[in-house]
Amino acid sequence: MSHHYEALEDRKILTPFFLLMVAIAAFGTIFLIIRFVAGMGSVANLSGGYPWGIWVIYDIVVGTAFACGGYALAITVYLFNKGKYHPLIRPALLTSLLGYGFAAFGAFVDMGRYWNAYNMFLPWQMNTHAVMLEVGLCVAAYVMVLAIEFSPAVLEWLRKQTGWQVRADAWRAKLDKLLFFFIALGILLPTMHQSSLGSFMIAMGYKIHPLWQTLHFQPVLAVLSAFTMGFAIVIFEGSMVTNGFNRHPETHLFSGLGKIIRGLIAAFLVIRFGYLIVAGKVGAMFAFDLGCLMFWIETALFVYPLVVLSSEEKRGNGKHLLYAAVSLLLAGALYRFDAYLITYNPGPGYSYFPAFPELIMTVATVATEIAVFLFIIKKFPVLPRDTHAAA
Amino acid sequence: MDRRSFFKASLGGAAAAVASTAVQARPNREPAPEAVGMLFDSTLCVGCKACVSKCKEVNAMPPVPMGQDTHADFALDLSAQTLNVIKIYTEGKVAVKDALADGFAFEKRSCMHCVDPGCVSVCPVTALTRHPLTGIVNYNKDVCIGCRTCMTGCPYNVPQYEYNSAFGQIRKCEMCNQKGVERIDKGLMTGCAEACPTGATLFGSRTALLEEAKRRMALKPGEIYNYPRGDVRKPGSYHEKEVPAYQPKVWGEKEAGGTNVLHLSAVPYDKLGMPPLGERSFASISEGVQSTLYSYLALPAIALGGLTWVVKRNTENAESGQEGGKE
Repeated sequence: MSHHYEALEDRKILTPFFLLMVAIAAFGTIFLIIRFVAGMGSVANLSGGYPWGIWVIYDIVVGTAFACGGYALAITVYLFNKGKYHPLIRPALLTSLLGYGFAAFGAFVDMGRYWNAYNMFLPWQMNTHAVMLEVGLCVAAYVMVLAIEFSPAVLEWLRKQTGWQVRADAWRAKLDKLLFFFIALGILLPTMHQSSLGSFMIAMGYKIHPLWQTLHFQPVLAVLSAFTMGFAIVIFEGSMVTNGFNRHPETHLFSGLGKIIRGLIAAFLVIRFGYLIVAGKVGAMFAFDLGCLMFWIETALFVYPLVVLSSEEKRGNGKHLLYAAVSLLLAGALYRFDAYLITYNPGPGYSYFPAFPELIMTVATVATEIAVFLFIIKKFPVLPRDTHAAA
Repeated sequence: MDRRSFFKASLGGAAAAVASTAVQARPNREPAPEAVGMLFDSTLCVGCKACVSKCKEVNAMPPVPMGQDTHADFALDLSAQTLNVIKIYTEGKVAVKDALADGFAFEKRSCMHCVDPGCVSVCPVTALTRHPLTGIVNYNKDVCIGCRTCMTGCPYNVPQYEYNSAFGQIRKCEMCNQKGVERIDKGLMTGCAEACPTGATLFGSRTALLEEAKRRMALKPGEIYNYPRGDVRKPGSYHEKEVPAYQPKVWGEKEAGGTNVLHLSAVPYDKLGMPPLGERSFASISEGVQSTLYSYLALPAIALGGLTWVVKRNTENAESGQEGGKE
């Protein structure tokens, strides 16, 4: 089906922007080396009260939610059978693969005893009650599933290389027979670990601010917001690629996604507010403290896209759709940052703000992801064919 | 797609979502059958920090200096080189011991050895364990992956990671019974209880310590009581002292499922930095959710079955040109 996707082969790879991303990545690598030679304390502001900083909360908790595009679209296309969204799926899978791949890398960097990591895979060491075990195994499995889901793009590239066509086609035929199973896994696994990223907070108990501590509802809220972020990132990236490469917009497709997002935001807000009211936490909503402020900023960021996407006219407008998507990405990211860092309170005597090298290492990870993404879409058939331009 | 197949497919997922909210969590764990612990009575503590010093000796950890001053240990809080620390509550003129206003009070912090330990519950690789007989919470660095979830799951911020080492490990009090020390197995008491000159830190079985704590609370303030030192079951010596006005509860009898290290105080526990805890352990709620969702991987397996079926059908339809996307 190579006629659906095209590599942007005529575009230069070594653009100034690409080189900037590489430079940032190289800068971050310096601190990465320091971390492994001198220990985490030499580059990060972590402490006894704040054992998790931005490496865990951005690179993993927020980063994998940003990487839910492949998940959200797989559900739309393969579960709800909306084939018209199929052209969006490869770029979404690629960003998911990169997002999850680098989250796994981030987890390794943050792991204080990384050489013992294999113990997660030894059945007799596993603690099946532990949320971290579920997240670790599930993310590891999902990275492999994403690689398999993305492999048709690689095989399409491979068959064009001299001497590989026959083999590539044979592999593709085998893959096509099994792909449905990996697609199903690719829907199940993120549902599992994205909900677990909420479940982590249950055991943290009082350290999580009352407005974010929803106990049994943590997994549902986490997976719903991951969902909305997945759809939002598809719209966001689509808009970036459209503008950045002067391609034709896919507004007609995004508009339909907008309708799905609207329902998900509504469900998220109803469950969250419902829980807070029933649990008697209305007072905390109006406490005029930091938690209260962040809560309402977050809520506003959730409500804005809800309003925009409820308007037929604005839903069909690329600019409004992009604003709604950005607002939603900020909302979901803030929901996680607020709960895990900004309002996180381990008790008196502890505070956290990321150290400069810590921050740079996270920025460098994002820069690397962008550089790799740009490289791949120019080499491999990932983006939907720009039919208007071809005509 | 038709409605029926969608419902079939989403059954697993929906069941998982609903189950996680309607879950029957397990109750708190019960104390270990031969649980050992300590009773720290803040009103007896004079802040000499003999326990801090002894703890460093047992664990071969250096004192924490303050500037040029290294004649004593100036540790202000728990860290990877301080597993036991004496902290102080002060208010106003700091004149009266164990008084809330213009007063001060000492507080000992070390691992509370929870009956239902959060750290044990959240550790993915069973590096933290509750000893089946003594209830002591032990740590095994040889399997620990350093994810530090234990630190997030501990209500008392006890486990400490060695951030300043390239090959750091988690450090925590193991009640002097870690490999190579094994004071409890040898019939000795913990280092801090042995070193305590006033009996503020008392060693013993959890049951005996709880009885002792309740005995003290039942006394009238101002009465004279003969306070034991060392091991509550066979005290090395006693000393007489006026009974203070104790707070009406033993910290650790029930908090988040209870702890093997119990505290008594005359000032409210939150002034001593104790966290806001109810009786239910967060570990029990968390495990309830996890085991409902993942018990025998039953729900994921059902969901995967449904998903595989629908995806296979939809991809086959797409190939034969009946793509539902046309709507």
